Amino acid sequence: MSIGKYIKDVFSGLWSLVVGLKRTLYYFTHHKEIITEQYPETKPVLPERFKGEVVMPHDEKNEHRCTGCTACELACPNGTIKVITKFDITPEGKKKKAIDKLVYRLELCTMCNLCIEACPSDAIKMAQTFEHSVYDRSQLNKVLNNPGSKIMDGVE
Amino acid sequence: MWSFSHIADLLHEWLSKTFNPTFTLIIEMVLAGVAVIGLFAALGLVLVIMERKVSAWIQIRLGPNRVGPKGMFQSLADTLKLLVKEGMTPDGADKFLFNLAPFIAMIVAMLLMAPIAFANNFQFWDMNIGVLYISAISSISVISILMAGWASNNKYSLMGAMRSGAQIVSYELSAGLSVLSVVVLTGSLSLNDIIHSQENGWWIFKGHLPIWISFITFIIAVTAETNRAPFDLAEAESELTAGFHTEYSGMKFALFFLAEYVNVFIVCAIGATLFLGGWMPFHIGHLQAFNHVMDYIPSSVWFFGKTFFLIFVIMWFRWTFPRLRIDQLLNLEWKYLLPISMINLLLVTLMAIMGWHF
Repeated sequence: MSIGKYIKDVFSGLWSLVVGLKRTLYYFTHHKEIITEQYPETKPVLPERFKGEVVMPHDEKNEHRCTGCTACELACPNGTIKVITKFDITPEGKKKKAIDKLVYRLELCTMCNLCIEACPSDAIKMAQTFEHSVYDRSQLNKVLNNPGSKIMDGVE
Repeated sequence: MWSFSHIADLLHEWLSKTFNPTFTLIIEMVLAGVAVIGLFAALGLVLVIMERKVSAWIQIRLGPNRVGPKGMFQSLADTLKLLVKEGMTPDGADKFLFNLAPFIAMIVAMLLMAPIAFANNFQFWDMNIGVLYISAISSISVISILMAGWASNNKYSLMGAMRSGAQIVSYELSAGLSVLSVVVLTGSLSLNDIIHSQENGWWIFKGHLPIWISFITFIIAVTAETNRAPFDLAEAESELTAGFHTEYSGMKFALFFLAEYVNVFIVCAIGATLFLGGWMPFHIGHLQAFNHVMDYIPSSVWFFGKTFFLIFVIMWFRWTFPRLRIDQLLNLEWKYLLPISMINLLLVTLMAIMGWHF
């Protein structure tokens, strides 16, 4: 290594340090622009496909689209969903399979979206809620269908 | 006018009137110890919050802003948390050395406080070998780190400790050489004499380029000696979890943490004393009015102002530069800093002999 290159190395090294220091000093003195979200005060802007929890949408007549086919339960890799079915009597006097409860255990869910993709009738979807903390873990076992709800007409 | 030296004199007078000389000396030593512990506690609180705020502002964040006004009590809350946490000792650890190591780190920091002049005529011990004492004592700190790493019986801790050993031993050299350049110009090892030699201007202004070079070398070397980023290989969160204090928790961890910040304060205080004139006010040549205004500011304010400026510079380094690899670290010391500071020492010596400085 020649002495000229050595001196050049020292000065170019020092200069690169000075460039970095200048940048951070600029940020230090201009701290009014903040890139972090001030979460509890301002709610975060979530992307469209953010996956917070599985929900079952109901319409205004308290009807859902779930047929109780258990495709979601089979698709779930870690047993998050449990479909408990019952048999309804239709006006024609025939027995028809329907859901009694769709139990969803949030603490087991990894938000992998496989249940939503498996559902043939689009009965469940991912919601954007994310503030799931509770004081008791039993509150994380949720029943997705509303009490007294029934299946929408025309969904088989 | 109230100043630190005035209060100390009053206290000494009152104590020697009330008690006999031996008892006075004992009481004064106890008071000095309590003052140092108080200073440590205050420094721990202030420097931690300062570091977190500086890092936040440099990274365009807000930093702690929940506890107290603007988050100023955050470090107080953290201290309370650390105090009530369990201080565990791992099963396979060497119990005696494991528990001794944090105290050695603190003892070294305490001993280093002795020769520092905090204000005009306010110093624990004005010894005639102050600079030598500091460089001798500060190299004991590597013992506490090695002890912690070895006694933890954990490979991460041991690797962190060994890296820290290699690092401190090598950077001690260039720190010593850059300190020597000021000693050469002053002709004295006493910190008090060094401060008084800067009455007509700080060394950084009087010493031309060679002093600037040794100042920069000093700052780089002490950043490495205190194990702070970009030289924090001893901790290296991403590789060694926490390096030598991986196994420490609770108050024993807090002592290491405090010792790091106190060491930063001490090296910055020494840097301020050697290069920026300690408690000497800033004077410009013959501008009498300006000089009188500067004299009016208390000497302790000057000292702490300069020290905190240097602390800010070291924090600024930490949040700007990426961590070096171990080979880069040793290259920097043995191939660059050491030869440069050796040649620089020769230049300073020539300058001192020929009287080229102001």
